[in-house]
Amino acid sequence: MSFEPKIIGFLCNWCSYTGADLAGTARMKYPANLMSIRVMCSGRVDPGFVLDAFRRGADGVLVCGCHPGDCHYVDGNHKCMRRMPLTRRIMKGMGIDPARLRLEWVSASEGARFREIVSEFTEQLRRMGPLELKEIEFDPALEGAHHA
Amino acid sequence: MAKVNIKIDGHPIEVEKGSFILEAAKALGISIPTLCYYPHMTPYAACRICAVEIRDGKGWSKIVTACNYPVWDGMEVLTTTPRVLNARRVNLEMLMSQCAPVPVLQELAREFGIDKPRWGTGEDTCILCGLCVRICDEVVGAHALAFSDRGIHRRVATPFDDTSSDCILCGACASVCPTGHITMEDIDQRTVIHRDLTLGPNAAISLPFRQAVPNVPRIDPQRCIHFTTGGCGICSQVCPKECIHYDDVDTFEEIEAGAVIVATGFDNFDPTPLKQYGYGRYANVITAEEFERMNNAAGPTGGHVVLENGQEPRSIAIIHCVGSRDENHHSYCSRVCCMYALKFAHLVKEKTNAEVYQLYIDLRSFGKGYEEFYQRILDEGVNVIRGRGAEVIPSGNRRKDEGPLLVQCEDTLIGRFREIPVDMVILCTALEARRDAKETGRKFNISVGADGWFIEAHPKLAPVSTSTDGIFLAGTCQGAKDIPDTVAQGGAAAAQAMKLLCLGEVLLDAAYAEIDETYCSGCRLCNDLCAYSALEFDEAKKVSRINPALCKACGTCVAACPAGAITGRHFTDDQIYAQIEGMLT
Repeated sequence: MSFEPKIIGFLCNWCSYTGADLAGTARMKYPANLMSIRVMCSGRVDPGFVLDAFRRGADGVLVCGCHPGDCHYVDGNHKCMRRMPLTRRIMKGMGIDPARLRLEWVSASEGARFREIVSEFTEQLRRMGPLELKEIEFDPALEGAHHA
Repeated sequence: MAKVNIKIDGHPIEVEKGSFILEAAKALGISIPTLCYYPHMTPYAACRICAVEIRDGKGWSKIVTACNYPVWDGMEVLTTTPRVLNARRVNLEMLMSQCAPVPVLQELAREFGIDKPRWGTGEDTCILCGLCVRICDEVVGAHALAFSDRGIHRRVATPFDDTSSDCILCGACASVCPTGHITMEDIDQRTVIHRDLTLGPNAAISLPFRQAVPNVPRIDPQRCIHFTTGGCGICSQVCPKECIHYDDVDTFEEIEAGAVIVATGFDNFDPTPLKQYGYGRYANVITAEEFERMNNAAGPTGGHVVLENGQEPRSIAIIHCVGSRDENHHSYCSRVCCMYALKFAHLVKEKTNAEVYQLYIDLRSFGKGYEEFYQRILDEGVNVIRGRGAEVIPSGNRRKDEGPLLVQCEDTLIGRFREIPVDMVILCTALEARRDAKETGRKFNISVGADGWFIEAHPKLAPVSTSTDGIFLAGTCQGAKDIPDTVAQGGAAAAQAMKLLCLGEVLLDAAYAEIDETYCSGCRLCNDLCAYSALEFDEAKKVSRINPALCKACGTCVAACPAGAITGRHFTDDQIYAQIEGMLT
């Protein structure tokens, strides 16, 4: 049996969650690897959520929001757009491939696009294999060097 | 001020000592002809047409100029004696020996029965009344004009007969000149009649527009002579109610309101960048708004459709979609142009014998009765051409009976390139969002679309609401629309606002963000994140606060708070972490 990645998806209530819902009501099939969590806005996605998901064994995290300019909350998605690259930088420092975090814009009418994104992301994670987190030993000398 | 009693033509009147006979006569309604008198300026007695006879009642009498002769007690003034009329006639004849063709003099000559002035007729037009010099000195304060030379060579001139750098181009001299000797040269190549076609104010003091609320005039300080030079002040002198206060300043008033309806309207697209249509270059290429102004019975042309030279046009082309449905400007359809263009055609047919050509891309007569109106226009013999107007060029007067402008277009229905000679071109300019729409949107937290129109809460289900509760949209600020649609939306917005006001209280959503003040460090990171201004900083306690009535529960501030002091109700960190845990175990 091939590897089935676990993906946590944070979907904004107004565009992406509705878009995913549309994919469902339109009976489009997409991989069951994605488990969605509804947030009111992609701007609600705390980088802590993303890292916690990886800590608990997720292989990928998908954050979806309204298209830029279409945010229900004026510009919450713009804030998300700035937070995610910073989150990727933290991930890199932790030894997690930044490609495991994806930020996509899905509007309420883009059920088909949602299916495409999930299928493609699942396929990509399948190729990448399971996320293996390494225990990093705490090195007091290194800590000191940082502050020097 | 001491008062004196005088009699004019037998009518007694009490006037201020030191005032002049002409003013007293005016108060009595007795007319004395004059060419060089203007209220609020020092009388000059240059024309001497205002001659009157004064008597002291003891046999002494004298001919004086009424405009600058001060009154004294017991004075008797006679304005119609043969002696007075003779003096006026002689003075008039002497003026005519210099300036016969001047209309005001001709009229006076008819009144006095002068057929042929005794000392010949001159061809000059300046009667040296000095009004222009005095208004420039005393009222405008620019001192750009003066009398030059002496005796028979006396004339009005600018220093060294050159363009005066002191002249502020206010036109006061031209407006007071009784003979038309001084004229304003065209500065921007459009004649006065067409310049007046703009809806904007033409004078420094004017009503913004006829239906303005409040319906009171205002002063434009950039154009007002008083504000630019410190002179003039005529408006405050003539206002009988003393309503003009130059020291008035803008004041800001705070109004507590339960709802706000934003109805800021639209701007007209400026067709100048579309060089191919020649707006601004050819005087008879005008915008729809200017044509509308021309059609106004109370407008500058009295409702007549005229060319720049005052003649009736023989042919008119109406070009649709100027700036709209154009990738380079606005890709949207302005919705109102097709129908008003058809209305224009109807008006032109009604008022003139001109041939009308409509150049359209698609005729969108979508409303109730609109298609029927289109059919009626066709029956009236309007030429309707399917093809965007490509260019307007001068025809070079190939034929005398044809218009001087050539409109080039491709008639896509007959598949031919056409050149239509016309006298006038009307550009149906696009409706566009107000220049300051973004700023207004920021003020009211309304999102602004790519075209600049305000975005409603939902295009179908909430077309008058905005994403902020209690703020509603009406009219063209939300998108191009015609009058019936605007009225309907305005009514809906008013009803929505009334609903809030009648309720008297605001129901809060259960989901909103809360700040635990004990954890808030007062970093203010969250303050700028909120798109709804729901976050305020308490300077005294050095903590941020959330107004739950304004909070929309997006959670952007919750995610940003470094201290974890903000809780997003119903979407708390704990709940989301629990979901992640639940999904992955």
